[in-house]
Amino acid sequence: MLDISKIRKQFPILSTKVNGENLVYFDNGATTQKPQSVITAESNYYQNENSNVHRGVHFLSGLATDKFEETRITIQNFIGAKHSHEIIFTKGTTDSINIVASGYRTLLNKGDEIIISELEHHSNIVPWQMCCEQSGATLKVIPLLDNGSLDMIAFENFLSENTKLVSVSHISNTLGTINPIEKIIEKAQAVGAKVMIDGAQAAAHISLNMQSLGADFYCFSAHKLYGPTGVGILYGKEDVLNELPPYQGGGEMIKEVSFKKTTYACLPHKFEAGTPNIAGVVAFKSAIDFITELGLSNIAKYEEELLQYATEEVLKIEGLKIYGTAKNKSGIISFNINELHPYDIGMIVDKMGIAIRTGHHCTQPIMERFNIPGTARISLAVYNTKEEIDICINALKKAKMMLS
Amino acid sequence: MSTIKKIQAEIVEDFGMFDDWMQKYEYLIDLGNELAPIKEQYKTEDNLIKGCQSRVWLHAEHTQGKIIFTADSDAIMTKGIVAILINVLSNQAPKDIATAKLDFINEIGLKDQLSPTRANGLVSMIKKMKLYAIAFNN
Repeated sequence: MLDISKIRKQFPILSTKVNGENLVYFDNGATTQKPQSVITAESNYYQNENSNVHRGVHFLSGLATDKFEETRITIQNFIGAKHSHEIIFTKGTTDSINIVASGYRTLLNKGDEIIISELEHHSNIVPWQMCCEQSGATLKVIPLLDNGSLDMIAFENFLSENTKLVSVSHISNTLGTINPIEKIIEKAQAVGAKVMIDGAQAAAHISLNMQSLGADFYCFSAHKLYGPTGVGILYGKEDVLNELPPYQGGGEMIKEVSFKKTTYACLPHKFEAGTPNIAGVVAFKSAIDFITELGLSNIAKYEEELLQYATEEVLKIEGLKIYGTAKNKSGIISFNINELHPYDIGMIVDKMGIAIRTGHHCTQPIMERFNIPGTARISLAVYNTKEEIDICINALKKAKMMLS
Repeated sequence: MSTIKKIQAEIVEDFGMFDDWMQKYEYLIDLGNELAPIKEQYKTEDNLIKGCQSRVWLHAEHTQGKIIFTADSDAIMTKGIVAILINVLSNQAPKDIATAKLDFINEIGLKDQLSPTRANGLVSMIKKMKLYAIAFNN
């Protein structure tokens, strides 16, 4: 059993007052708050460890490099990757997807096909549209069923020897659907396609093992895992990453440079041109330590309990409709109340200290699918409580009253 | 005092009566509900100002030296603010609209709602109203 009040004490921002009320932070799908250990690690880095990585012979450069690489090993263990050089540090999930999509521009030709799904975040749509535009490949989109899960029959019908890459999210940021990625990976790889999983909404909630999962690429952002912003992970299988052309040229990513021919560095440096967000990477380790100490399975169990409670309670509000009712769901509840605009609801509950997200959540195709302008979204994290859910429900009722 | 300035002063006075955010928001909701409807034929793609959060439609007509604005929004709180802006700037001479300083926004505590970061279409709405005024003034 997790001691939630003890966990909450580790997050200084959770004691913030908004408009005189206690902050209720339900926008964890956008970004989670940071525990003191992460904040301390980031500032400690600049106070005591700052230097550039992999570049100097001096004491501090060695120290910074060690710390930086320590996080790589931590991530390797956290996601069960075979090699540490399969872990690439990026700016975030969007950056990770763009690195792969940009590489595939030269790997794909006319007649090749990429499959994504209707529930993807724009950052798992647009890079592939750009990739198709430049390579001549075709984009196919797995449709959604009414409950917010993927139409797996349509998916299987799309698969052919032309399928070169499938990129889908592990968990939908808008609907909370946990996609059957094991099955997607198995079916796609059976026709020789590579599979990329956008794990932005999953890595803080589901324990991962890359070796048993078998995904070719998997990516996520540190800031949705209680870590700093501006740091992301691109995991790729060694051989797949070796085949992928580099994304950016610059320092650190080269083996030899001459004006006749430049050769690229080995993994992971081939994809890490320029000085990275060293402080962020170093502090990310503290975030992973925070999660590991609590235990991802404990976190998942607690969040499942919260999700169930929140779902039952919000449905007691008359006229409230939840979008995304798949059987397998993570701690995200997207909803509308009657014909009320989600923006109005969000503005009113904000005044009562409650942070929810409103709008299309960077998933306009989902909004189009359900023919709505947007939704209000509650997204949960380990520090949330049932009391906070009660406060939110009351605020929603008040908003409904004011707006009806 | 110009008419626009006078209307602004009246709005500031109205808002001065509210003790808390709830009263203020309820007033905005009322204003939104009372806003004279825009003609359906003017709710076109051309007249749509897309915000990330809410959408605003704005139509302008130039008659007898004045610009008549009609508008709508899909979010009622946004529509309430739209109503205030219409109240201030509609039925005024193009020159007055183009040069109007909208100081009242700060004074009634709606600065946040009218900041470019809010993505509710309101900042673009003001900009568009001014552009109409400049165009009709020439």
